[in-house]
Amino acid sequence: MANEQSNSANPNVDLKYRRKKNAEEMKHQVLSFTLMIFFTLLAFAAVGIEGFSHWFIKPVILLLAVVQVIFQLYYFMHMKHKGHGTIALFLFSGLAVGLITVLVFLTIVWI
Amino acid sequence: MQTDERFTDATWPASPEKATLDGKNKYLGFWLFLGGETVLFASLFATYLALKDKVPNGDAALAKDLFELPLTFVATMLLLTSSLTSVYAMYHMKNNHFKQMQAWLVITVALGFGFLGLEIYEFNHYVHEFHHTFTSSAFGSAFYTLVGFHGGHVAFGLVWIISLMVRNAGRGLNLYNAPKFFVASLYWHFIDVVWVFIFTVVYLMGMVG
Repeated sequence: MANEQSNSANPNVDLKYRRKKNAEEMKHQVLSFTLMIFFTLLAFAAVGIEGFSHWFIKPVILLLAVVQVIFQLYYFMHMKHKGHGTIALFLFSGLAVGLITVLVFLTIVWI
Repeated sequence: MQTDERFTDATWPASPEKATLDGKNKYLGFWLFLGGETVLFASLFATYLALKDKVPNGDAALAKDLFELPLTFVATMLLLTSSLTSVYAMYHMKNNHFKQMQAWLVITVALGFGFLGLEIYEFNHYVHEFHHTFTSSAFGSAFYTLVGFHGGHVAFGLVWIISLMVRNAGRGLNLYNAPKFFVASLYWHFIDVVWVFIFTVVYLMGMVG
């Protein structure tokens, strides 16, 4: 999370470069959005189309959800950028506790 | 650096949300909060998965009787698209285009309201057509707590973004409010992350049986 202040002697040249970089990044964002929509369509199709066994559907749609969330976290929420180590620590510790909770509840609750 | 300093396009920092110590701390602190939110939602998911279809008698509606593909699909598209529109808002924020940022935020908020409206319709439908209420079964309590908590987050996010837009309407962008807009957009993405698991685990897996 470096302070990316402009050091250029001519800020207008720098501005042009930055605008271009931002536009390029936006293009990647739109691409990752397209993929996310594609994964969503696949998941809905797997359930909507008759004939697939639920032993096949469930793991596949869970995998699609995980992939989609990775896109969301790393692209939309910028975790792919530098300086996100502490942030990854926060998120993954939360995830670790959360997943253990899910596992525990699924295995010890019966009514 | 003066946080209320007026910037030109050329002097506006590349990452305005992290150009000040205040912004950096907000960013880090917000992710700590999101780590906590992850635990909160995981616990609600765990409760839902443990109590899914646990109903008192054979007449009560189960997940596969309740959920319908088209409604869930439209709600999902609305929320996913609102995530992209908030990315557009942050793109314009980084380019110091205040008006465009506000415009994309208005679209984001409109999509969010669409999603919330569908959810209210859906809950109302379950209560009146299926007598599936918060107190009718363990399944009902777990379902409304999980999905309702998410809906509550959407409602809070809408209030948050609208407040920021109204509060800063006449002020324009500066290093004081750029981190605020940025953190609100992160929150909005997180709501979307949770929804991806809700539509997969609750709705799609519920329909499969």
